[in-house]
Amino acid sequence: MSAAPGAPAAARVDYLNADYGIRSWLLTTDHKRIALLYLGTITLMFFVGGTLAVLMRLHLIDPAGALVHPDTYNKLFTMHGIIMIFFFLIPSIPAVLGNFLVPLMIGAKDLAFPKINLLSWYVFITGASLALYSLVAGGVDTGWTFYTPYSSTYSNSHVISMAIGVFITGFSSILTGLNFIVTIHKMRAPGLTWFRMPLFLWAIYGTSLIMILATPVIAITIMLVGAERILHVGIFDPALGGDPLLFQHLFWFYSHPAVYIMILPGMGVISELITCFSRKKIFGYSFVAFSSMAIAVISFLVWGHHMFVAGQSVYAALIFSLLSFLVAIPSAIKVFNWTATLYQGSISYEAPMLYALGFIGLFTMGGLTGLFLASLATDVHLSGTYFIVAHFHYIMVGGAVMAYMGGLHFWWPKITGRLYPDMWARIAAAIIFFGFNLTFFPQFMLGYLGMPRRYATYPAEFQILNVMSSAGASILGIGYLIPLIYLIWSIRYGPVAPPNPWRAKGLEWQTPSPPPTYNFETTPVVTEEAYAYGPADSAEEGAHG
Amino acid sequence: MIPHAIAAALLDAGQKWPGFELHPESASTIADGVDELHFFLTAVTLFFTFVIFTVIFYFMVRYRRKSEDEQPPETRTYLPLELTWTLVPTALCVVVFVWSSSLYFQNSRAPNAAMEIFVVGKQWMWHLQHPEGVREINELHVPVGVPVKLTMTSQDVIHDFYIPAFRVKQDVLPGRYVSIWFQATKTGRFHFFCSQYCGTGHASMIGWVEVMSPDDYAAWLAGGTRGETMLQAGERLFQQYGCATCHVADGSGRGPSLAGQFGKPQKLRDGQTLVVDEGFLRRAITQPNSMPLPNYAPVMPSFQGQLNEEQILQLIAYVKSLAGEERKTKGQ
Repeated sequence: MSAAPGAPAAARVDYLNADYGIRSWLLTTDHKRIALLYLGTITLMFFVGGTLAVLMRLHLIDPAGALVHPDTYNKLFTMHGIIMIFFFLIPSIPAVLGNFLVPLMIGAKDLAFPKINLLSWYVFITGASLALYSLVAGGVDTGWTFYTPYSSTYSNSHVISMAIGVFITGFSSILTGLNFIVTIHKMRAPGLTWFRMPLFLWAIYGTSLIMILATPVIAITIMLVGAERILHVGIFDPALGGDPLLFQHLFWFYSHPAVYIMILPGMGVISELITCFSRKKIFGYSFVAFSSMAIAVISFLVWGHHMFVAGQSVYAALIFSLLSFLVAIPSAIKVFNWTATLYQGSISYEAPMLYALGFIGLFTMGGLTGLFLASLATDVHLSGTYFIVAHFHYIMVGGAVMAYMGGLHFWWPKITGRLYPDMWARIAAAIIFFGFNLTFFPQFMLGYLGMPRRYATYPAEFQILNVMSSAGASILGIGYLIPLIYLIWSIRYGPVAPPNPWRAKGLEWQTPSPPPTYNFETTPVVTEEAYAYGPADSAEEGAHG
Repeated sequence: MIPHAIAAALLDAGQKWPGFELHPESASTIADGVDELHFFLTAVTLFFTFVIFTVIFYFMVRYRRKSEDEQPPETRTYLPLELTWTLVPTALCVVVFVWSSSLYFQNSRAPNAAMEIFVVGKQWMWHLQHPEGVREINELHVPVGVPVKLTMTSQDVIHDFYIPAFRVKQDVLPGRYVSIWFQATKTGRFHFFCSQYCGTGHASMIGWVEVMSPDDYAAWLAGGTRGETMLQAGERLFQQYGCATCHVADGSGRGPSLAGQFGKPQKLRDGQTLVVDEGFLRRAITQPNSMPLPNYAPVMPSFQGQLNEEQILQLIAYVKSLAGEERKTKGQ
């Protein structure tokens, strides 16, 4: 990933060509370069995790299992889950787009702690390396949920190295979250009050709160699993005097908020895209902003909805069910506000906007199917089946990954200084949308019919829907490969991007593409609210500051 | 009933295209109630998805950018609209919450008259035992129209007993008893699955519930190759493991008499009072020192590891039966 050579505006020094050589990247404290380090790392992890998913879907074409031994299948879905969640989705938008954009959006030179920012990447790749080592060494077969006592006593796979990998990676999240919170509090440009901030920053702020409050819990939990596995201390295994449900409480106390670590930043991205491509101020700014904070808070109080059939008390289940319904409301508010923003807009359909609209549709379906799982009587039938798998992927892939792709395309010209071929990008977005639905919609039906998840083999009556799902996965896989190709192509051959190709608002568009190392020539001064599209806009761009 | 009509239509569609079912069979007393809620939620999902998609598509076409320098009017936030789409979903959620919770609450309690069957999950099979002593592996024979309560435990990791056609599911935990119940409404064979991942053979922890007419069930039970009933097996174990030496029926032994204890509250030395149920007895057998009684020396050894889960269940069945004997002695 070298700087764009032979760019016409060669005279200008930006963060990419300010310095050359491997050391200038590995020892950089520039938030933009660190964002690119993360981008490279998580792209690798995404395609590793994606390959595992494709193998899984291939295997499931045949009810008897087409490809691998059940043990291998169990490792495939476990490694797919662990890699995609801990090493792709959680860092995706915060660590790549957040790292790149937080200082630019608030008019700062860098994050508050640039060296800690670099440290968190090193922490991350240490954890990621251990995860990849665990994969190559033979894999883990506990499920990404590490349920005890299977993980702590019975599994004969590389649980310890993977657990250490996840444990270490958690610190990267904590450091990144801490960095964002301090930066957003202390380093906003003059005039950028809290309620003038782009909603992306509100979302990142809420996410960061969850990161620093919830991540320590998973770290401790994973450590306890290790202690029981190595030292046979009875914590979770009843044969040693432990309590297996204790693990689930601790695990979901982190992992439910973690779902919002993955989706909240995506919601932030969507607010940026919808406003830009409809040239409208967001509808209900404060509702959207506060809904992010409401989600961050309530997300800590709903973990028990993963345990409705696990053996917790009926009364606990009632309370968790009610709270789970409540957490749906702020998400609904966001969807309605995005839709209302389009009203009377001037809407154009570049690739980022297609991803944003795809997000709203798929997230709506993912959210509504969540109601089936928050409601106790139906959850009993659906939990532990493919319905869960489908619901989760509608939120995580239909939601978080769509938003990440949309954001990556939106800010790509800013990040690289190059434009990608928009037609290819639109085609890829359409392929991804179609492939995604073909993959996961049949899984709702499978789950409703009663097919349990994590089955290496299955009764023959489920085959047709499984084959449809597998066919969709191959289309989805191609959909993700196309952007990989044209985005890499664009770094060298893409047309040079102007500072503000989308005529977007926001401070990040008022500096050249790619930005200079310290982001702004002079500290910008903010005099208006976010998304000040509209009559005052006219053709002049970046006039203020 | 509308839900019945929907279910029937969906089942029909499934029969037209074999392998492409749209609706799982429903064969228990609670299935219809769950399905009604499911259809309602499906309707809610379709409605809102339709509304959002329609509005977005309409806006996409109606407000597509026609020229590069067109000026959209300024966005005005309209509070009544915000409140509407905050409060309407909230109200809807409350309705669904009350509906689903009352259903769940009703379904969570087994009728007192339920016939009891004991289930032990282990990697990777299900052992099921009828009180009459008949044992089955990955098969469960039950009579139609009779409430059946499954008391379940696991010998190793967490499993889950799931009968889709009955809409019941429960994680089966090691070290404690959990239960579900159902009442089948039609005869036939219905799949049950392990639906909590448990290792290599997880996908082969599958079995069939065979729902039979009461007569067929009685015939099947009589024809089963059974030796002792669970109660007899428990009584044998009670003698064999020396329980009887301390737990003497008249209370003169080193341990308390077990007659008539089941279902009663029992005060522990630390002051807490527990009801003597299956879980209490299991703990008393496997970890007696964790629950010393006020008037007895804690001298009972642990039987953890000496008795397997099925034997513990047989012992419990025997101790439960002692309740009846006590009533007899009282009557004298």
